[in-house]
Amino acid sequence: MTITLGVLAIILATLLGWLLKQSFNTQPWVAEVVGETAHHGPLGTNSRLIGLLTLLAVVSSFFALILSAYALRMELGDWVPLSEPQLLWTNTAMLVMASIVFQWTRNAAVSGRRSRLAPGLIVTGLLTTGFIVGQLIAWQQLQSAGQLVTSNPANAFFYFLTGAHAVHIAGGMYVWARATARVVLGHDEGAAIRRSIELCTIYWHFLLLVWLVLFGLLLST
Amino acid sequence: MAYVAIADRDHEVEHHDPQTFITKYIWSQDHKVIAVQYGITAIFVGLIALGLSAMMRLQLGFPDQFSFINPENYYQFITMHGMIMVIYLLTALFLGGFGNYLIPLMCGSRDMVFPYLNMLSYWVYLLSVIILVISFFVPGGSTGAGWTLYPPQAISPGTPGVDWGILLMLASLAVFIVAFTMGGLNYITTVLQARCKGMTLMRMPLSVWGIFIATVLGLLAFPALLVSAIMMLFDKILHTSFFMPAISVMGTDPGYSGGSPILFQHLFWFFGHPEVYIVALPAFGIVSDLLSTHARKNIFGYRMMVWAIVAIGGLSFIVWAHHMYVSGMNPYFGFFFATTTLIIAVPTAIKVYNWVLTLWEGNIHLRVPMLFAIGFVFTFIHGGLTGLFLGNVTIDLPLSDTYFVVAHFHMVMGVSPVLVVFGAIYHWWPKISGKMYNETLGKWHFWMTFLGTYAIYLPMHYLGFQGVPRRYFAMGNTEFMPDSAQDLNAWITMSALFVAATQVLFFINIIWSLAKGPKSDPNPWDATTLEWQTPDHPPKHGNWGHELPVVHRWAYDYSVPGYKDDFIPQNVSPDDAPAGRDHEGGH
Repeated sequence: MTITLGVLAIILATLLGWLLKQSFNTQPWVAEVVGETAHHGPLGTNSRLIGLLTLLAVVSSFFALILSAYALRMELGDWVPLSEPQLLWTNTAMLVMASIVFQWTRNAAVSGRRSRLAPGLIVTGLLTTGFIVGQLIAWQQLQSAGQLVTSNPANAFFYFLTGAHAVHIAGGMYVWARATARVVLGHDEGAAIRRSIELCTIYWHFLLLVWLVLFGLLLST
Repeated sequence: MAYVAIADRDHEVEHHDPQTFITKYIWSQDHKVIAVQYGITAIFVGLIALGLSAMMRLQLGFPDQFSFINPENYYQFITMHGMIMVIYLLTALFLGGFGNYLIPLMCGSRDMVFPYLNMLSYWVYLLSVIILVISFFVPGGSTGAGWTLYPPQAISPGTPGVDWGILLMLASLAVFIVAFTMGGLNYITTVLQARCKGMTLMRMPLSVWGIFIATVLGLLAFPALLVSAIMMLFDKILHTSFFMPAISVMGTDPGYSGGSPILFQHLFWFFGHPEVYIVALPAFGIVSDLLSTHARKNIFGYRMMVWAIVAIGGLSFIVWAHHMYVSGMNPYFGFFFATTTLIIAVPTAIKVYNWVLTLWEGNIHLRVPMLFAIGFVFTFIHGGLTGLFLGNVTIDLPLSDTYFVVAHFHMVMGVSPVLVVFGAIYHWWPKISGKMYNETLGKWHFWMTFLGTYAIYLPMHYLGFQGVPRRYFAMGNTEFMPDSAQDLNAWITMSALFVAATQVLFFINIIWSLAKGPKSDPNPWDATTLEWQTPDHPPKHGNWGHELPVVHRWAYDYSVPGYKDDFIPQNVSPDDAPAGRDHEGGH
């Protein structure tokens, strides 16, 4: 469980540091006249970003727990390391590309170069779909090589981890699809689209990071 | 950094006035309606779980007298009772119910930040409840694996509900976690983003603090239950061996090998222990507000109370294995976990001292919510102290599988939070319904419940010391158990049935109040917090009419010297306080 504790420690320390900053040296019992110009409380950022960051903390906890289980289960005698299909490298490259293109699209959205949004979003979508399809093909390759989910705990974890990651990507694709539809159909809501793309980009980078950690772990064990 | 407070960006919060009955009360995005929906659903399943416990008690008190209770459904009763009470009642009621109702009102917001997601959260929760209830009616019935669902027996033949019950249980939990996450994102974001002007973090009422930190715990801990549920579904459906060791089942080989049941226990309790505090922290927060309001005195050590909540929240992640002393894990772990368990008692004890000190020289009004709040302090101290016993490995080992543990956890996380639930419902009922309840009936309800639970659980500790084992359908003839143990069991059963029956008083009171209750004052308790200062009573959609409130002070300005009233609402500016003297001097 060390992995999980490490991840949670980081999340909780972030929260704690912020709380300390908010509460240090305050005297809650002192009343004051709060005028029109007072700025108390809310963070200077948007709610959807806070919502997303909270969700990312939840997802981090989820994957950290699977990794903890992986580490604990690996120590038992019947573990036979799985040799991962080479295809995963190609898939990883696609996911990295997807993140880069998404960042490029986001930059375009922020600086108002609207013409780049549609191609950027579509290329990102293709690359990400390519990643998911690639993962499915990798599963098929393993199946045909006789590496079934029941063959060994290492296999079971491989299918579980890659599956769980793909489901999270698919969830992101839903938001991506909505944003893309709005851009392509030309529903003009500049600020909303920009915000949506910004948040999607963060989510994509995060899932890339998760994938790199998972892939690294799978390769090294 | 210059930024615009969200109060000034009112348009960001999506709120559309609902028009029809359906958008107003069914597919409602109003946090108050969603709170009531959560509350009604949770109390409904809670009543099912109460009925199940009555059945268990009938068997224990009067063995073999009732033909409709056999060993299989006895285990199903245990399992479903535990699971429903902990997750579908208490978690849903405190966070989905009180969280939804109180956060926006106490923080001075119009609604949750994501109202649509909030509505979805309730309906997904309802789906999880429906899946759970369906499991009673599938072939083989619901699972009888115990609420901890330990493998291998949870998914091995011989355990009731091994075919369908366990599948539906795991599916229902997964759906519940999705629902909770949707709600949780809302609670966190609303507390962080949608507080009104002047409502600094350190001016928030402790109820909001308790709910906020409990939500953080829930969001980080529920994934552990999700992971273990998914992995167990793999083991059950696909025959992987995450948790299932090589075992022979009734002479046949089910094909498992090498899995680790202890791995499941680690994951389960990594969720399971924070879960205790997911239930307890909102209760701590609410009790603090009830005590302070009805004692007309500021809460003792507000900052300490906040930091105790935060500390308990953090520590709750590193005590989980104290549930596993007898699991066969490395015995050296026991030392570490016993130490952390005893450490967590420190912030908890600070809270208890502060509650008592809040009462000290207060102007105590023994109204119904106050009775329940003080009752909680009693039961929580009793349950907490036995927790200190059980936190020590050497004491836990002999007591672990006895009724001592049952008595302990029912006192600390059954009776105590339920007393707070009742106290809170009585306290906020006038705001929710606009009506008053019957005070006398409420007091009867309190005293019968409070004394009745002691009649149940004090003897149960004694049975535990005698070594009476828990989880047994029938005790049989054993040397170490005196005959009087059975008499005591019969007494406990009678008391339990009595307490269960007296809960009728609560429902009668609620129904009477709705039908015939007198209209309540907008602020019947003379409370300071914002929910009592709404322009409409009960508050309407959007909560605050045209203008959001502005907060000038903390939630505990009771009996401030030099002022005419013995309370100053949070939204009263020092310039406007009635008969205001020098506003800084009075503390």
